Amino acid sequence: MKLKTAFALLALVGMTGVAHAQLSGGVLKIGVLNDQSGLYADVTGQGSVIAARMAVEDFKAESKGIKVEIVFADHQNKPDVGSALVRQWIDRDGVDVIADVPTSSVALAVNEIVKEKNKVFLVSGAASAALTGNACTPNTVHWTYDNWALANGTAKAIVAAGGDSWYFLTADYAFGHDLEAQVAAVVKAANGRVVGAVRHPLSTPDFSSFLLQAQASKAKVIGLANAGGDTINSIKQAGEFGISKGGQKLAGLLIFITDVHALGLPTAQGLQFTESFYWDRNDASRDFAKRLAPQVKGNHPTMIHAGVYASVLHLLKAVEATKTDDGAKVVAKMKEMPTDDPLFGKGVIREDGRKIHDMFLFEAKAPAESKGPWDYYKLVRTIPAAEAFRPLNEGGCSLVKKG
Amino acid sequence: MIGFQHRVMIGLGLAGIVAPFAIYPIFLMKALCFALFAAAFNLLIGYVGLLSFGHAMFLGMAGYSAGHAAKVWGLPPELAILFGTAVAAALGLVVGAIAIRRQGIYFAMTTLALAQMIYFFCLQVPFTGGEDGIQSIPRGRLFGVLNLADMMTLYYVVLAIVASGFLLIYRTIHSPFGQVLKAIRENEPRAISLGYRVDQYKLLAFVLSAALAGLAGATKAIVFQLASLTDVTWQMSGEVVLMTLLGGLGTVFGPIVGAFIVITLETYLAHMGSWVLVIQGVIFVICVLTFRRGVVGELARLIKRPL
Repeated sequence: MKLKTAFALLALVGMTGVAHAQLSGGVLKIGVLNDQSGLYADVTGQGSVIAARMAVEDFKAESKGIKVEIVFADHQNKPDVGSALVRQWIDRDGVDVIADVPTSSVALAVNEIVKEKNKVFLVSGAASAALTGNACTPNTVHWTYDNWALANGTAKAIVAAGGDSWYFLTADYAFGHDLEAQVAAVVKAANGRVVGAVRHPLSTPDFSSFLLQAQASKAKVIGLANAGGDTINSIKQAGEFGISKGGQKLAGLLIFITDVHALGLPTAQGLQFTESFYWDRNDASRDFAKRLAPQVKGNHPTMIHAGVYASVLHLLKAVEATKTDDGAKVVAKMKEMPTDDPLFGKGVIREDGRKIHDMFLFEAKAPAESKGPWDYYKLVRTIPAAEAFRPLNEGGCSLVKKG
Repeated sequence: MIGFQHRVMIGLGLAGIVAPFAIYPIFLMKALCFALFAAAFNLLIGYVGLLSFGHAMFLGMAGYSAGHAAKVWGLPPELAILFGTAVAAALGLVVGAIAIRRQGIYFAMTTLALAQMIYFFCLQVPFTGGEDGIQSIPRGRLFGVLNLADMMTLYYVVLAIVASGFLLIYRTIHSPFGQVLKAIRENEPRAISLGYRVDQYKLLAFVLSAALAGLAGATKAIVFQLASLTDVTWQMSGEVVLMTLLGGLGTVFGPIVGAFIVITLETYLAHMGSWVLVIQGVIFVICVLTFRRGVVGELARLIKRPL
């Protein structure tokens, strides 16, 4: 009798040894949470879900004994909807990893829940640098980009290229003010001048008076410290006023390839902005675009889609190595292992959760330069990884050891 | 002899006690907060006949105040919620004093305009965190004893808060004060001619409604550990109108049913994105065209008893 029990126990131990990873519920569940229907639906949306699936396919997770399931939901850009969804995913549906999450307010809310429940949070869509600053957690990796990198990349490069006097068109609320202050600091540090700024109300349909002031300022660069529909509208109306034809450059801060597509090159031409990924940069990125685009009505991947792909791929490597889905342990492994993926190349994840890679300053091509649909960007400058992101000690992250 | 409405209330209370064993508690808590919000709104439109189109300002401001009090000042949850409610009441006093001078559409427009001012105020001032909102509000311990981080404890606390808010509304409706309110709704000049100071009654009802909406907002902020702009937008003011109409205007239980229907739709159709709005719109149209009394109103007519 005793012998039988002993055998049974042995068999049990043996079985758990065979199972490759100790995953809760026997499956690694990844929840892609983003905007499926609103203004970020093209930039994130289904593209991110498909990118996550592609990463699982490419990693051949099934053959390595890791069963992966991908779910997704629409947070409608509302933090309360997003946080309710994430709580439900984690408490009831056994989701282990939350990915993407554009809109900083939602991402910051999710960030806290994921930490509380010890899961993994792979940020690709959100811009807030606070995620690796004073809101940093041992469960979060911020992959694709952040506000700091965009302001830094765009402003520094434009000043270096001779655009040394700036005028700001700023959305009149906290986000706009912050962005303006960040960019202005970079401009001044690079010996540029800020000539002035005008504040416009959020979601205004009419930029004419603000654009005329910007035009009259004779500044070489007009910095758009706004986002979403405001950026698109201000660029469109700047085109109508012939601002870039008059020799002034527009510097957008949060621009994606789908925005350029929506604007059309005749309007967008000459616009400079920073991104971490462009589909037509090398064979791997072209291949990625070729696989993804047909599944999302031909839209070519944004850097956010690329970030979801790469972060999920790296996550799977860490899960394979640690054989667990314990959030903090997996993220610690992700930080310990150097990253290497086809889209971002080799890189590292810093102790504050910031993924480090090169950033690129792009300029939208003139219509004559474009060889076909989606051929929109030309590379102006590569911002080396070492100077692309906020220095580790300036973020105020509590995970960073002082001294 | 217990009245019919009392029996329904006891039934609802029992359902509330057993519900979290069957349904996800966070969802229930969200629906409960909105039920209280809708009931507070119904007190005004259903019993005084005042259509406020800016009730989100009380919900949102109370959420921000409670969140700030709990997070920055470190107040325990009960005081944070009370503070949020007090802020909403004070705001209600100011807004009410301005708005009740007009009737009908002008009243609605005044409240909408003031609510928009509050929205832009919340967008601009530093303490609300702009579009990021106030994040990670601590739940803390109620009266220093009950640990609200435990989901079941939190649920029963929320249930108790919402139930007492609801009972207060019920008492108000059935008090002499409530009778006067109904008289004002039916015929304001006659109420004046009977010697009632109509403005004072309206103002008091407005403040009460604002405070209860605030109670809902403050509780919601503690539940979700989050106070954000969503709760002060005019869409939220519209949503509460939808909840009340769908459930049944001027019925005791209507707003609760309406809130549960709307929140269920929003939660379980979340994957359909903005289609939720379209579906809500269709339901709204059907409701207005075919059963104007709302779900509970029609039910009450069928069984020939007030609900």
